Amino acid sequence: MSEHIFRIWRGDSSGGDFVDYKTDVDDGMVVLDVLHRIQAKQAGDMAVRWNCKAGKCGSCGMEINGIPKLACMTRMNNYSQRDVITVQPLMTFPVIKDLVCDVSWNYEQNLKISPFKPSPPDSDGRHRMMQEDVDRIQEFRKCIECYLCQDVCHVIRNQGRKDRFVGPRFLIRAASLVLHPLDVEDRIPAVRDELGSGFCNITRCCTDVCPENIGITDNAIIPLKEHVTDRYYDPVAWILRKVTGRIRSGVE
Amino acid sequence: MNTDTATIQTFEHDVVIIGAGGAGLRAAIECSAQGLDTAVVCKSLLGKAHTVMAEGGAAAALGHNDPRDNWKVHFRDTMRGGKFLNHWRMAELHALHSADRIRELEEWGAVFDRNSDGYINQRPFGGHRYSRLAHTGDRTGLEILRTLQDHGVHQGIHVHQECTALTLLKDSDRISGVFGYWRDSGRFVVFKAKAVVISTGGAGKCWRITSNSWEYTGDGMEMAYSSGADLIDMEFTQFHPTGMVWPLSVRGILVTEGVRGEGGILLNSEGDRFMFRYIPDRFREETADSPEESQRWLEGETSARRPPELLTRDVVAKAILEEVDKGRGSPHGGAFLDIAGQRDAELIKRKLPSMYHQFRELAEVDITKEKMEVGPTLHYMMGGIAVDGETQMTSVPGLFACGECTGGMHGANRLGGNSLSDLLVFGWLAGRGVGVYIGALGNSPQVLSDQVEQARRDAVAPLNCDDGENPYLLHEELQYIMNKDCNIVRTGDGLERAIVELHKLKGKARRVQVSGASQYNPAWHEALSLRSMIVVAEAVALSALVRQESRGAHTRLDFDGEHEEWGKLNVVVSRQADGSMGVRKVDRGSPPDHLAAIAYSNLDSLEGGVHV
Repeated sequence: MSEHIFRIWRGDSSGGDFVDYKTDVDDGMVVLDVLHRIQAKQAGDMAVRWNCKAGKCGSCGMEINGIPKLACMTRMNNYSQRDVITVQPLMTFPVIKDLVCDVSWNYEQNLKISPFKPSPPDSDGRHRMMQEDVDRIQEFRKCIECYLCQDVCHVIRNQGRKDRFVGPRFLIRAASLVLHPLDVEDRIPAVRDELGSGFCNITRCCTDVCPENIGITDNAIIPLKEHVTDRYYDPVAWILRKVTGRIRSGVE
Repeated sequence: MNTDTATIQTFEHDVVIIGAGGAGLRAAIECSAQGLDTAVVCKSLLGKAHTVMAEGGAAAALGHNDPRDNWKVHFRDTMRGGKFLNHWRMAELHALHSADRIRELEEWGAVFDRNSDGYINQRPFGGHRYSRLAHTGDRTGLEILRTLQDHGVHQGIHVHQECTALTLLKDSDRISGVFGYWRDSGRFVVFKAKAVVISTGGAGKCWRITSNSWEYTGDGMEMAYSSGADLIDMEFTQFHPTGMVWPLSVRGILVTEGVRGEGGILLNSEGDRFMFRYIPDRFREETADSPEESQRWLEGETSARRPPELLTRDVVAKAILEEVDKGRGSPHGGAFLDIAGQRDAELIKRKLPSMYHQFRELAEVDITKEKMEVGPTLHYMMGGIAVDGETQMTSVPGLFACGECTGGMHGANRLGGNSLSDLLVFGWLAGRGVGVYIGALGNSPQVLSDQVEQARRDAVAPLNCDDGENPYLLHEELQYIMNKDCNIVRTGDGLERAIVELHKLKGKARRVQVSGASQYNPAWHEALSLRSMIVVAEAVALSALVRQESRGAHTRLDFDGEHEEWGKLNVVVSRQADGSMGVRKVDRGSPPDHLAAIAYSNLDSLEGGVHV
């Protein structure tokens, strides 16, 4: 057991400040355990959003010493006893209370992605896909929607482009459909226009904070950008389209 | 804070579904498909429900990996696993429809792992005769929930998230709506509805060591009980044999049965593979009797029998408990689970990525090199709200239930993988049931203001109490009582003691006090959910005391083994006129002939002459 100081943001949409809590920490604890201990013993009304406590639901995202993390997967032995541990809500979204913020904007972005549209099944009523063809989209579908990538993305956080850019989480969701072997919807125009793929300038901050280690930038966003480039900015394809009047499929 | 009932925010829908896990979302999609104005009310954000914690897979007799499989074998396995106490018709409907429900998810975008033919791959699991679990690595629940969510948001379903339902409203005997509050603002809300579907999951938070999250406080069971529905089979609480045991802060978190499905073995501190010593007679014929035979099974030899680690959960959990009791446990009081010695590192990382991640991050154990330490954890409740098997309606007109919060389908013990398929099948059936009910409904039931006012007064009581009890400490007390006297093995004396203690706790809970305002106040949330947990805990203890035998997940040290007469009875709990909890035995009647024939038949006759 050791003693630590937690500096926690307390407040609501009208304002707030950091409050220090001195607390005991047991072996093997994660930051979320400590927050619960503070809640039970010192601050019964401190708001914390959490759920599975095993890194599978993505509810407990917060900024710990300035870095977006899941509180349930951040072990206390990462920190020395001398460190003050600063905890604040995800700063990209409006705060509701204490460590809880309003992430409803993300749910609105999801609606911009049109539903999965599968090709018809084989005559036996089943779909065939080979594992190697779904490995990549299964990587994207590991996403637990913790929104840490959305929080850290400077297009949303600093440039305030919530109006034009859906953020990394929803680009990987779009990529999981574009690369889905059964999906027949042409999604490339939407990727460029409604989802705003051009706003990403590949700083890879999202990839760095992803608790599921999804290759957000390299495996999803860059391939999507390439699709857009091929469609709209490839001169050969442009001439070909003019001549034949055909639009190439988004799925290659 | 609302002070006046007349000013409470009110929504009106045809149907309100409480809970947004797999069962709730599947029910919502079906209600919407029936043309109903459909709303979902959920305590967490959409997409965070406990379904995401389901790891291993969804059981369905697709027959992709073994053509001998079919719904009848699945049904037979389910009945045997449930020790023949399952609701016959529910078990039949489940086995009949789960394959279609899985295929339907693929139409909605789910990406299950593939076998070498390109079809949905199926994984072996405890109690299932053949490889039967459609899965996506070890995060199948997330795959299913996300698929339902992403499909559902385009079906015109209203989602009221971070909203807790507290009380069901009735117009004479019929359901007329739900009273609840927004967790962020603390403001009250009324949902007027012609029908309500409860899909709130279990109540694992009554126990100290559980794989369940904070949401699992039995709200739906309590609401249904309080409005007149029966609770059935409450004594059957499933302890999953493999939860994490260390570090203490993660004690109870699930280690998927998929580890054993992929070849993981259980060892005691002496290095003995002890499960060979715990094979029940009923399963002896179908279980390997040596490590050599288990190895051949793992290598895919169809004539080899399944390893004993894949016996049903009740058997494995009790075996681990006994090894620990005999002084042969691991350093932190569990058993060793070893996959490193059975499979190469690449396969482990590919098939069990989230287990690899979970142990590396939370316990600093590399499961591709080291053994895990595991022990039993309260995981699932077989018992719950009694429903009609066809329609999922309770005895209260307009009140439906589906998923873990219901009882009957799994009998005395649930097979792994039968929960994800359960919530798909019965969520779908509940939606259809609601459609039929509303279609036949004459005038709309009304919300009565005196009920709303009473519910509001009950809800604010903890905020107005001076010098009362701390809800967090009362919750700890509840968990202590349940872990001590209503746990994996039980005695009459212990259960009687638990019931007395629970009565005392109920008294204290009436005087619970919280400080601060109602805006996002976790102490208030805790105080309100405590009421539900105590009702569920009392129902479990009373039912466990009545059932004087050991069957499936219910083990009485003072009543050894299954008793034939108890196989004919269900234990049912209901609220009495004076507000007390009544418990009674209900005769199960005789099973339908065609189902009894399947359940008791030998395997050869069910496999349709298919040979591999």
